[in-house]
Formats: sequence, structure tokens, C-alpha cells
Amino acid sequence: MQADLGFWVLQGLNALQLSMLLFLLSVGLTVIFGLMHFVNLAHGSLYALGAYAAATAGAAIGFWGGLLVAPFAVAALGVVLYLVFIRRMRRAGPMAQVLVTFGLIFVMLDLTRIVWGAQALSAPVPALLDGRLTILGVEYPAYRLFVIALGLAIWGVLALVLGRTQIGAMIRAGVDNDSMAACMGIDVEKMFFLVFCVGCALAGLAGAVAAPLLSVTPDMGLQILIPTLIVIVIGGLGSLKGAIAGSLIYGVVQTFGAVLFPQFASILIYGLLAAVLILRPAGLFPAKG
Amino acid sequence: MSNFVKAAVAAVIASSAVAQAQAEDIKVGLLLPFSGVYAALGEEIETGFRLGLDTFGEGSGASFEIVREDSEASPPVGLAKTRKLVMQDKVDVMAGVVSSGVLGAIRDVVDGAKVPLIVANAGNDEATGEACSPWITRMSFSNQQVNRPMGKYLVDQGITKVFTIGADYAAGQQMIGAFAEAFKAAGGEIVGQEFTPFQKTQDFGPFLAKAKSSGAQAVYAFYAGGEAISFVKQYDSFGMKDALPLYGAGFLTSQLYVDAQGRAAEGVVTALHYVPTIDNEANRQFVEAFKVKAGHLPSEYAVHGYDAARALVEAVKSGATDRETLGAALQKTSFDGPRGATAIDPATNNIVQPIYVYQIVAGEGGAQTQKVLSQLPAEADPVNGCEMALIN
Repeated sequence: MQADLGFWVLQGLNALQLSMLLFLLSVGLTVIFGLMHFVNLAHGSLYALGAYAAATAGAAIGFWGGLLVAPFAVAALGVVLYLVFIRRMRRAGPMAQVLVTFGLIFVMLDLTRIVWGAQALSAPVPALLDGRLTILGVEYPAYRLFVIALGLAIWGVLALVLGRTQIGAMIRAGVDNDSMAACMGIDVEKMFFLVFCVGCALAGLAGAVAAPLLSVTPDMGLQILIPTLIVIVIGGLGSLKGAIAGSLIYGVVQTFGAVLFPQFASILIYGLLAAVLILRPAGLFPAKG
Repeated sequence: MSNFVKAAVAAVIASSAVAQAQAEDIKVGLLLPFSGVYAALGEEIETGFRLGLDTFGEGSGASFEIVREDSEASPPVGLAKTRKLVMQDKVDVMAGVVSSGVLGAIRDVVDGAKVPLIVANAGNDEATGEACSPWITRMSFSNQQVNRPMGKYLVDQGITKVFTIGADYAAGQQMIGAFAEAFKAAGGEIVGQEFTPFQKTQDFGPFLAKAKSSGAQAVYAFYAGGEAISFVKQYDSFGMKDALPLYGAGFLTSQLYVDAQGRAAEGVVTALHYVPTIDNEANRQFVEAFKVKAGHLPSEYAVHGYDAARALVEAVKSGATDRETLGAALQKTSFDGPRGATAIDPATNNIVQPIYVYQIVAGEGGAQTQKVLSQLPAEADPVNGCEMALIN
């Protein structure tokens, strides 16, 4: 059965789809990490909130409306988080940051449960994407192809912004050496705020995209957090290239591992993580040379 | 101290003398997850339990005081809370327990302290098998009970090659295992078997592709909670329902999840001990009353709570007043409820109940509903090493 080309195409698409979802989440987190050395463990909770926002807004104004509303709603929450917690935690050191953002996970978990209930919600797939398309002789759900396309598009836009624009150059300078960048007249704090909001919006978008695919539960943010951190560690802190490479590696290893070596599926990715940490402790594509 | 003993003795004598006439206060420890992954089930069971006490408690002459404790989904927490209920609150009886892990953890405390426990969910086979206790009465289901009848049912439908898939934890293994055993005994063949990492799998795409190419005629699945919703939706999105019909343990398309699954669940055939569309008078009354109280249709979890409360009330009505008499009376529970005729098996203290094979179909107004295809007869589980002692 595994010699069948269709099987490989299907699983390849599955891997790509998972990668793109993880990419949307990890890219925001990794740049925040790299730029300000700030550990935001609550990033997964923002993803869950994006899913809830999309499911709620989607019920009122349709899927596309929800997809549009969720990133802004989550970015708005990001602004609040920034003003209340993150700005004053900036110089507090990683341990305090981890503790505060870890605590935030549980606060947000219970808030979502109080507001939306413990029952799993679901967002419908939009009518336009409700069918299947045939690719290389394989029928594949149109919605999953949409997730892949969206991930690739966001990657393209980010690569363009980070690589070809002035603001991108400033962000890269900040990641490379923030005190030097500040000496050159870049307002690093303001840039961090901007990047943080965009990262939050992307987490919200990931949640909105995941909502029709998965079920929307209060603990979905916790479930996605570990894979996202693995992606960042494998890919290397702070770089777009690292985020996409890490996501692809995670998607492929997870998908094909689950199918070909089911008994090792859960440890395969951790084994890879350990190998990367031993051989390339800074990750495959770290932002700093 | 001696005054206390005298008072206690006097109270016991007084209460046993006028047990039927005087209002008795029964203290119930309700141990359920109100936070964590099973919070939704905890809410559902508590609503059912309180409704059961309201409905049946009136003529019992007793008043019931509920002490509510949150076990989360964690065995150590459940154990600590059980100790509190037993030693500090001195409850007469305990009810609840959603997670089989929690039930396993508290089994020895409950058994040792001789506190009757009415299990309102946890379905692990051992609890009414080798680890059975006269003090533990299960009013919910056992994992094997729900799945075993589907083995023969599928062969009777002409399906002889099945791919099974389920969550990789104790309940998943037992549910799928019981089905597979019965299916093979009836002449079927399992052509592929997959256990997905429990609560770590969100994307079932890779496994579905494997099922598709396995040469099976049907897929048999067990999932619950968020995984059940994701699985059914993804199964449908890959367009597999036509070529490979989906069967499973009825938790897969429980009333609790079917609204979230929507049209993706239509056509799925599963077996369970309760669905809200069971056709009998007791169920109609239950569904009506539950809808008024909770605002939605009852799930199997709600009926566990409701029937647990009823078992308790019937025990009190038969004259039970304390831990020992309640425990003895609970072992003799038998009544016709929303699930049909239910009774406690004296050999294992597990409930014996009919199993309903049902299909999700589009109902009036577009909402999905359960169409009962077949009612399979009630069957007691094998004793499995349980040496049951009657309390008296």
C-alpha cells in the first residue's frame, strides 16, 4: 500500500497543511523571541482565542467575516497584554517572564471556559471550500488546500517585508544586535510593540484557520504550544527561514512518523529535537550568526 | 467524649427506629471534574444528578445535602478530595467520577472506608472486574459492554473487513479491544488497527489516508470530546463516508458533540446505552425535564447522573440510612428508566442495560438527531475475576 503514489501525495499534503498551521503560529513567536529575548508562553492561548473569536464572529457574520475579525480581536488583546504585563516585564529576566506568561495561559484557559463554556465549539467550513479538489490523482479537501495556500502567501508577504523593506531591515538589525540598532536611532521598543501585535494577529489568524479543521476547545492553546516551541527550537530563534524550515520538518516528521512508524510517532519528533540541540544548539537557521 | 458517644448511639437508635417516618438527612459527596478536559461532562452529570434528586427525592422522606468536590481529571487530586469527603465531611455516600484514572486511584480508599460509591461515568472494565468492590456500584456503563455487541452486529450487516482506530489510552484500548474480539469471534477480520496519541492528535489526516488504503469495508472508531468532533469532521472532509462507512462506540457522535459535528456526522452508525431519542415514557419525561433545566437535550452523561440519583433515592426509600445500609441497598438497584430496564448485576456491581445501535440523521429544522436502528438485548459482562461479596 505504501508504494502507491497517491498515498505519498496525500500524506505530503497532510504534512504541508500541518506545517503551514504551525508556521503561522511560530513565526510571530520566533520573531518576538529573537527581537526582544522575550519568552511569551501565552502565545498558544492567543491562538485559542483566535479560534473562539472566529467561531463566535463566524456564527454571526459568516466564515470570511470571522477570519477577518479574529486577527484584529487577538491583536487588540495583544495590545492590552503588552501594556499591562509585557512592557514592565521586559527587563525582568527570562524566569520571571516564563512564570508570568505561563500563569497567563491558565488565566486565559479559565476565561475562555467562563465565557464560552467547557463544551467544544465548532466552526463550519465555508461553502466555497466545502468540497474536494483532485491533485495528482488524489482527492483532497479544498479547505486544507486553502490553509496551505494561505500559509504560503503569508510566508511570501513576510519574506518580502523582512527582506526588502526598510522596516524589515530595522527588525533584522534589532534581532541581530538590539543595542547597536538603538544606537543607530531605531526605536527598538516601538518596533517590538509593532512586531508583538503582528505576531498576536498571526496567532489569531492561525486559530481562525484551525477552527473549522479542528474542534474549538479551551485547551487547544495548550495542545499547540509544545509543537510550536519545538518548531522554534529546531528552526532557530528569530528567523523567518528558521520558522518555515522548522514547521516543514515538524509537519513531515509528525505526519510520516505517525503513518510509517506508529509505535515511535510520539517520540520521533522529540528525538529529532534532541539531535538538533546536540549538533546545532542554536537551531538550524539562527538569526544571529 | 463519652457524651458524644452517647449522643451518637442515641441518634443511631432513634434514626433506625423511626427511619421511615422521620426526615433523614443524607449527605452525598459529589466528586466530578468541574475544571480540566472533562469539565463539560462534570457539568452534564451534575445537572442530571440534581434533576434526579428533585424528580424522585420527594416521596422518600429524606433530604439530600450535596457536598461538591472538583476532581479535575487528575487521580491524585481525586484521591485527596475523596479523603476529604470521607473523613472530614463524613458523607454517607459518594457519587460521580468521570475519569477511569480517578476511579482506580480512589478505589482502595472507598473500599477500605466502606463508603458506597455510585459511579456515574468511569467505564474501565477492571472497576467491575478484578478490582471490583461491594461498595462500588456502577450506574453508567463498562467499556466492553458498549462495544462488544457491535462485533456481531457488523458481521450481521455483511461487513467482514474492518479498520479500527481509537485514542491511545486505557479506555480506547478496552473499547476497541472488546469490539475487535467480538468481531473476530463472529467471523470478521481486522485489516488494520491504529491507536493515535491521546489528546495529542489534532490532525487525523495521516491515519485516514492509511485506513483508506487498507482494503477495509468499514472503519470502527472510538473517540470522545474534542477529538470526536475533529475526527468526524475530518473523516467527512476527506470524503470517506461513502466508500468506507464509519461505525464506532456511540461516544463518537454523542448528543454532546453532534451539534458541533453538524452534517459531517450524518450517516455514522454507532452503539451506546443511551440516546435522547429512545422511545419510552420514562425517557420522554426525562428529556422534557432536562431540557427545561439545562436548555439542551440530555446526553448519556446526563442520564448517568440522573440514574445515579434515582438509585440513591430508591435505596433510601427501601429504608437505607447510613453507609452500610445504603451500600447494601445499592447492590439491589433495579428500575425501568430512560434507558429501558436497568439493574445492577449481583456478580460484578456493574449495570446491565440494553445497547442501542443508532444512526445520525438530519432531523426537523436541519439539526442532527439520532435514529435508533436496533435495540440489542441487555447482557451482563463476564465476571473477569471479580469476587463479589454482598454487604448483607
